[in-house]
Amino acid sequence: MSDSNIIPKWLSVGLIPLMNLFLAFCVSGLFILFIGENPFRAISVMIKGAFYYPGAIGYTLYYTTNFIFTGLAVALAFHARLFNIGGEGQAYVGGLGVGLVCLVFDQHVVGFLVTILAILGSVIFGAIWGIIPGYLQAKRGSHIVITTIMFNFIAAALMVYLLVNVIIEPGQMSPETRDFASGVGLVQIHILAKYLGLDIAMSPLNLSFIVALTVSVGFWFLVWRTKFGYEVRSLGHSETAAIYAGIKVSSTIIIVMAISGGLAGLVAINELLGVHNKLLLGFTAGYGFTGIAVALMGRNHPFGIFLASLLFGALYQGGTELDFEFSSITREMVLLIQGLIILFSGALAYMLNPLVERAYLKYYGNYSSA
Amino acid sequence: MKNIENKEGSETIESLPSSTKLAIELKNITKRFGHVVANSDVNLKVSTGTIHGIVGENGAGKSTLMNILFGLYKPDSGMIFLNGQAVDVNSPEKSIALGIGMVHQHFMLVPTFTVLENAMLGNEGSMFLQSGEEFVLDRLRGLSENYGLDVDFEAIISETPVGMQQRVEILKALNRGAKILILDEPTGVLTPQETIGLFDILRSLREQGVTIVLITHKLKEIMSITDTVSVMRGGKVVANFSTEKTSPEELAENMVGRKVLLSIKKPTLKVGNPVLEVKNVSHESKDGVNVLKDISFDLRQGEILGIAGVAGNGQSELLDILSGIETLQRGKITVNDKTILPYQDWNSKKAREFGVAHVPEDRHKRGLVLPFYNYENSILGYHRNEEYSSGFLMDKRKIFNFVDDLVENFDVRPRSSSISSSKLSGGNQQKLVLAREIESNPKILLVGQPTRGVDIGAIERIYEDLMKLKSKGTAILLVSVELDEIMSLSDRIIVMNQGSIVGETNSSDATELDLGKMMSGLEKV
Repeated sequence: MSDSNIIPKWLSVGLIPLMNLFLAFCVSGLFILFIGENPFRAISVMIKGAFYYPGAIGYTLYYTTNFIFTGLAVALAFHARLFNIGGEGQAYVGGLGVGLVCLVFDQHVVGFLVTILAILGSVIFGAIWGIIPGYLQAKRGSHIVITTIMFNFIAAALMVYLLVNVIIEPGQMSPETRDFASGVGLVQIHILAKYLGLDIAMSPLNLSFIVALTVSVGFWFLVWRTKFGYEVRSLGHSETAAIYAGIKVSSTIIIVMAISGGLAGLVAINELLGVHNKLLLGFTAGYGFTGIAVALMGRNHPFGIFLASLLFGALYQGGTELDFEFSSITREMVLLIQGLIILFSGALAYMLNPLVERAYLKYYGNYSSA
Repeated sequence: MKNIENKEGSETIESLPSSTKLAIELKNITKRFGHVVANSDVNLKVSTGTIHGIVGENGAGKSTLMNILFGLYKPDSGMIFLNGQAVDVNSPEKSIALGIGMVHQHFMLVPTFTVLENAMLGNEGSMFLQSGEEFVLDRLRGLSENYGLDVDFEAIISETPVGMQQRVEILKALNRGAKILILDEPTGVLTPQETIGLFDILRSLREQGVTIVLITHKLKEIMSITDTVSVMRGGKVVANFSTEKTSPEELAENMVGRKVLLSIKKPTLKVGNPVLEVKNVSHESKDGVNVLKDISFDLRQGEILGIAGVAGNGQSELLDILSGIETLQRGKITVNDKTILPYQDWNSKKAREFGVAHVPEDRHKRGLVLPFYNYENSILGYHRNEEYSSGFLMDKRKIFNFVDDLVENFDVRPRSSSISSSKLSGGNQQKLVLAREIESNPKILLVGQPTRGVDIGAIERIYEDLMKLKSKGTAILLVSVELDEIMSLSDRIIVMNQGSIVGETNSSDATELDLGKMMSGLEKV
């Protein structure tokens, strides 16, 4: 991934992503038109659904939280030129960490402490699920893309096995653990607001959002202000130069994958400690995969990732509303729109660059060279 | 400094005899890449059956101009005339059809094909390979005898020496009917003897009416083989000369735009104790090739030891082992009284701790992380040092203080700490790498190809810095494929061929021919 040297930064990181987004919406509009609905009405429903209705913003930010975690996970690996496709599995296994800590301790230890331990559990379990592919890449040369994809499947199978056979609540049919004890979990923002005398609509938004923002700042600090971040970026740009500089390539890869997996694992705190209050099957719902698009669109910078996460959060939430409002627009249609956005701003992220470069040079290029 | 900006125009063109037929005439060629003007209003005339040299520093626009002539780039404006006819060369196919052949600096050969298969590529002679081969082989044999292009048609390209590969490239062009031959830096990979052979071929081509354009940065070669020469600077042709009426000094002056000192003042210094001892080092590459065979030498304080050899004879691997990039497999290295044994923990980090600094051969791949800013690159490898950090954090202010001084003291242009190093010219990139390594106060400096792709102005500066370092008592190991460089900088020279040391001499006794013989493995001393 290389950004253009020709055009100024505000064009390449500001205008072009917006143009990509606009294109995606245009094509989505055509599909909506095709099934006989008014695309402008659809978009207004979507925007209202994401930002206007009571609780809408809370829901949007709740989804945003997940995307920040997975987006940062993918981005950190990108900085070391590793393509971590395994965010989904790492988040899932992170959930196992949360679940195990809560199930083991919540009867004996004070809730606050259990919550802290559970957060650590999500990070550590996610990290382990990142370390293994990292180790295989660093020491055995197994390509990280292949191994992380495989580890998603392994994670899914492992969780099904555990939830159906081992940690399922005895005497019930659905593959879930029992509820965590009261006092364990991250407070939802609307409840917190009530303590402060504010009345905001109910939503699943919880303290994980604050954790996500803190982690974003920490991410920036780690990548651009620490020696380790410097080594990671050196390695990402040029492995040969990194070796020349005495940077240990394999251990750097493994540590990066550990942190990346840990970041993805944090999805579990939002979902399990913040909302469901138990470990259940399939709670990751594709957030790990969408994180790839988020990182790509956010250009691997925490601020960009925040914006991209907000966009995808709004899409998820607005999309649900779209599904409610129109009988002809189904869940699948919403997925199609999300898919188009990922396509245009992820896979085709650089499609418009040559066009913009030419236009830029035409209007500005000749002045400076004259 | 004398400014000689006004060398353009009519007065210099007169040196070309006006009566001869022009094979190539370029008129007012301009080519821009974005903001960069690579060729600005270039005029060039080359007479039929002559050898015309084009000299200029990196980025002067030589390659762009030749790529336009060969149809790889389309000029923004200007005209091309071949044999007096205006032509539109819009693709390499077209230019080949018009009788232009180009031998690129990096050969365009299929390594797994035979010489014959490569030479006939693009002009197979017939739809069926076998009948085509017979037909083409006949013609190639003729060409080969005619011009002294001695090749083995059966050999696989990857197994043939570079010199022969180059002859195959020339044959390939002639097979396609080239009457104009462009050679881009053809001698970079050749030994002095091979260069002489190549020049013989070029002369016999000229005798038979082939027009040759030779791009090079080696002024000596220009003087010895060309009839006429054009000097390019900053995208323009700044001077044209008839070769016999000019001198290397005058050419260099025109290339740089000011007077340059081509000679080096070597500080006389009594060499001290050995600081680097290499004993019986052998190395096997990943493909199982013995790239180093029983290498032993000493390097002393205040001494510059040059390692001469054609590229690819083990010098790179030697540098890699000494700098800790490669693991030592066999033998023993002693660095500042510390001994390194095979398969011991030996890496670049440790090498730096032992006082070994390294200016790598390939600054793009190794010496710099290109997208990084100058301030980030200027601590590459030293980023763990306390001077630049506090705890696990980088201390940006300390780094900036250091880098601002660095670019100032070593004349890195533009003098900016926060510009991406990829935007620097080759010479300034090299100055930055050298500055970083010198500033680490090394006991031993390993230098690989210090002036590859570096302009003359920067070369002057780099030599000066190396000499300054030597007079401070640092031991310098210099690996270069430029014999002139080795001979003028080193105190002592060892020559490598196929992974072995084949000779050693004091630089005062060395002659280019002797070294050349050793480099080609013909003679042991």
